[in-house]
Amino acid sequence: MRKFSKGLALGLAASVALGCGPAAAEGLKIGMITTLSGGGSGLGIDVRDGFMLALKLSGESGIEVLVEDDAQKPDIAKQIADKFIQRDKVDILTGIIWSNLAMAVVPAALRDGVFYISPNAGPSALAGKGCHPHYFNVAWQNDNLHEAMGGYVQDNGYKKPFILAPNYPAGKDALTGFKRFYTGDVAGEIYTQLGQTDYAAEIAQVREADPDSIFFFLPGGMGIAFVKQYAQSGLEVPLFGPAFSFDQGILGAVGDAALGVKNTSQWSKDLDNAANKAFVEAFQQEYARLPSLYASQGYDTANLILAAWRQTGGTADKDAFQGALEAADFASVRGSFKFDASHHPIQDIYVREVVKEGDVLTNKIVGVGLKQHSHAYIADCKM
Amino acid sequence: MSLAFLIEQLLNGVQLGVMLFLMAAGLTLVFGVMGLINLAHGSLYMVGAFFCAWIAGQTGSFWLGLGGGFLAAAATGALVEIVVIRRLYDRDHLDQVLATFALILIFSELARWVFGDRPLYLDVPAVLSGAVPLPGGGGYPAYRLAIIAVGLTTAVGLYLLIAKTRLGMQIRAGESDREMIGALGVDIRRLYTAVFALGAALAGLAGGMVGALQSVQVGMGEPVLILAFVVIIIGGIGSVKGALVGAVLVGVTDTLGRVFLPQLFGLLLPPSEATSVGSSLAAMAIYLLMAAVLTWRPKGLFPVDG
Repeated sequence: MRKFSKGLALGLAASVALGCGPAAAEGLKIGMITTLSGGGSGLGIDVRDGFMLALKLSGESGIEVLVEDDAQKPDIAKQIADKFIQRDKVDILTGIIWSNLAMAVVPAALRDGVFYISPNAGPSALAGKGCHPHYFNVAWQNDNLHEAMGGYVQDNGYKKPFILAPNYPAGKDALTGFKRFYTGDVAGEIYTQLGQTDYAAEIAQVREADPDSIFFFLPGGMGIAFVKQYAQSGLEVPLFGPAFSFDQGILGAVGDAALGVKNTSQWSKDLDNAANKAFVEAFQQEYARLPSLYASQGYDTANLILAAWRQTGGTADKDAFQGALEAADFASVRGSFKFDASHHPIQDIYVREVVKEGDVLTNKIVGVGLKQHSHAYIADCKM
Repeated sequence: MSLAFLIEQLLNGVQLGVMLFLMAAGLTLVFGVMGLINLAHGSLYMVGAFFCAWIAGQTGSFWLGLGGGFLAAAATGALVEIVVIRRLYDRDHLDQVLATFALILIFSELARWVFGDRPLYLDVPAVLSGAVPLPGGGGYPAYRLAIIAVGLTTAVGLYLLIAKTRLGMQIRAGESDREMIGALGVDIRRLYTAVFALGAALAGLAGGMVGALQSVQVGMGEPVLILAFVVIIIGGIGSVKGALVGAVLVGVTDTLGRVFLPQLFGLLLPPSEATSVGSSLAAMAIYLLMAAVLTWRPKGLFPVDG
């Protein structure tokens, strides 16, 4: 007993000493809620791996990251968030992939006083009216990539695009976003069922409408199915879409059918800057695969947090930490990086083309869709 | 609207239908003969697709993959029947549903373990890539025509098996009186294993063929399973003929609903609302069909027990 209390006293003394030391000695606890099982797990795994890689490369030891799998279910994500906040007392939450999960978790977490830094989901509700001083999105507002593709299709003289997306909120946002920057007529517009895997009926409608281009937003397995079936249909109209159906994790499953497809992304592995080169090389070395845009978002998220932490030493002073995040003083793999007034990135959105490098399908930049783009809801954000 | 468009959509409906038939045939046989509700049927479909993709990736031959997927699903089916399903025949349906639901979770995690998280690549064989011209212009993917051919051949084969062979006779006897055929000296345990493996093999065949059109990934079986249940309820539980008719009916209704309902609403509503309302209603079309059939014939189109 005496030994025990002696140890306790020592520990107390040590912690007092630590408390008086430099600010940076304070620890930081991050809760990561992401999708690690089920059909959408590839995205969460990439975000996590990118995030962890950045922490590892930084050499910092004061940051503790708790990772849990939300299985792409809003109720599970909410439970994990409550546990992270109440029991583990995390300072920052991050990691959510899907917008419906983000809406279940983020507003309540912000009310509980933690920071939320999104590596992926960017629903309009959190970018406009629901924006918050402690909410930051490192990836994009959901509409961004679609808007850029709309602009690109318009600028390249296409007059009759056929557009399709799944019948759920992000699908409607996608087509709305596309039409915000493509202002001409469309040959047709279809909402498919979420999770649909057979697109024969839709492809026949495309054929009937005789368009000069096709824009589609079908993330994950839906996109794989669509592109493969389209390749067999004998139709030869060019395909356009956001990067989600053509990221590194999916291309292997689509195969050569994806060659030549144009897609919009805020990141690409051939972006020419030192941070990106280091990231691509380190990621391949660590995980023996090419990074996807999700991995790049996880990596940037971790580096943003690291930068703010080094400046302020922790979230004890919330205003100071928020200010440090707003400054975004880190080397992004996208080159320069800055936030707009609603804490979403102002960035270039590139147009990439699917190409083959040796045996591996990957993307290369062929143009810029939108330059220094923010988002459409910023006027509604009053912080 | 051109004639070619209509023909193409009808073919799409039939192709979806025969694919559903391959799934529903096994489901309905297992229910008819053993009285078992098998929720894990979709997992056998997934097993077929994964093995097909994996073997095709290793050997470069789609056909070897398809054969391998067929056999792997049959073997998995036989194994599952012997280890798990056998213990469930005397239990009530709730126990069966719970146990086979557990099998879904086990199979999904196993597949993730063995094959990884990323969807696998499986492409159509070179012979069948490309499109066949249709009368009136346009084309139709050769591979989908092949699926229709395989599905119809299987239907004929299954009919011959059930109507003309000794095994078929035992299956029919098992459907009408389980105790009696046991009493007559038929090894009922082997018969059950054979029927379950046959159903699993058909599901694996469907999985392998569809895998080349879609993405081969964990959880791919469950959406199809739901449709297959709708099919056997419409067709009459236990009836293979009912499964065929029900499957084609569901396939055509689903396809035409997806195409024409949004256009129909387009006459009444502004375009963006029409597509949205129409697509939502199209998602319900097959369930409306099921409800309509059941009010007319509560036991399905071809009830087994009259």
